[in-house]
Amino acid sequence: MAELNIAERQAGDITILDMDGKVTIGEGSVALRTTIRRLLGEGKKKILLNLGSVGYIDSSGIGELVSSFTAVNKESGSLKLLNLTQKIQDLLAITKLLTVFDVFDSEGEALSSFN
Amino acid sequence: MNEEKKELNLPSRLDSIDKAVVEATEFASHVGFADDELYAVDMAVREVVANAVKHGNKEDETKPVEITLRNSTEGFEVTVRDFGAGFAVEDVPDPTNPENLLKANGRGILFMQTFMDEVEWFNHAQGGMIVKMLKRR
Repeated sequence: MAELNIAERQAGDITILDMDGKVTIGEGSVALRTTIRRLLGEGKKKILLNLGSVGYIDSSGIGELVSSFTAVNKESGSLKLLNLTQKIQDLLAITKLLTVFDVFDSEGEALSSFN
Repeated sequence: MNEEKKELNLPSRLDSIDKAVVEATEFASHVGFADDELYAVDMAVREVVANAVKHGNKEDETKPVEITLRNSTEGFEVTVRDFGAGFAVEDVPDPTNPENLLKANGRGILFMQTFMDEVEWFNHAQGGMIVKMLKRR
């Protein structure tokens, strides 16, 4: 089984990525990067990352979240985070990235925030 | 198992990171560390070995990553040596400075310091870096 599985769904013009697994150096980080670059190539610039089933992330994975955020912003898009586990929330607090990302516990609220 | 020390010599490949994490957490578990402490050991060992493989040895498989796990009266010690050019830890930018927040790299040392009680860096006399980390019991 892949280290990170990413399932994609659409809610209007917003793409939701349901991520399941680990976002760590190597395969997991590359899978996220590849998916984000492809979406941007397809003109999909409103992206919601559902991290509810991501049980583990390392500094490389955190870096990949940041790279994804800046890549989407560069295309005048928006990338937001949904359903952070406590561990990921703690890591974003330690790295002071909670001040950078828009973070939501409710998918409905997250989707509304894009418009 | 009643060993007080275990030595690992791993090639500079990304898959060595997971191997080191598994060995370190099993060792720490055996010497009595609890699940939340094992998560901290997992996070810190992942970062220190990733740094040794990627930034120290630059994934040159002819250069090993030498790891020593030790159970001491102070706690669980992990020592990691690479064979790279070395660096001065004080020269590494603070990733939590606003100007560095959007950088993709540079958070590994912060994670080591967050999850372990002590982290020290030394330049080895014969080259390479040694990182020594301690998790107190």
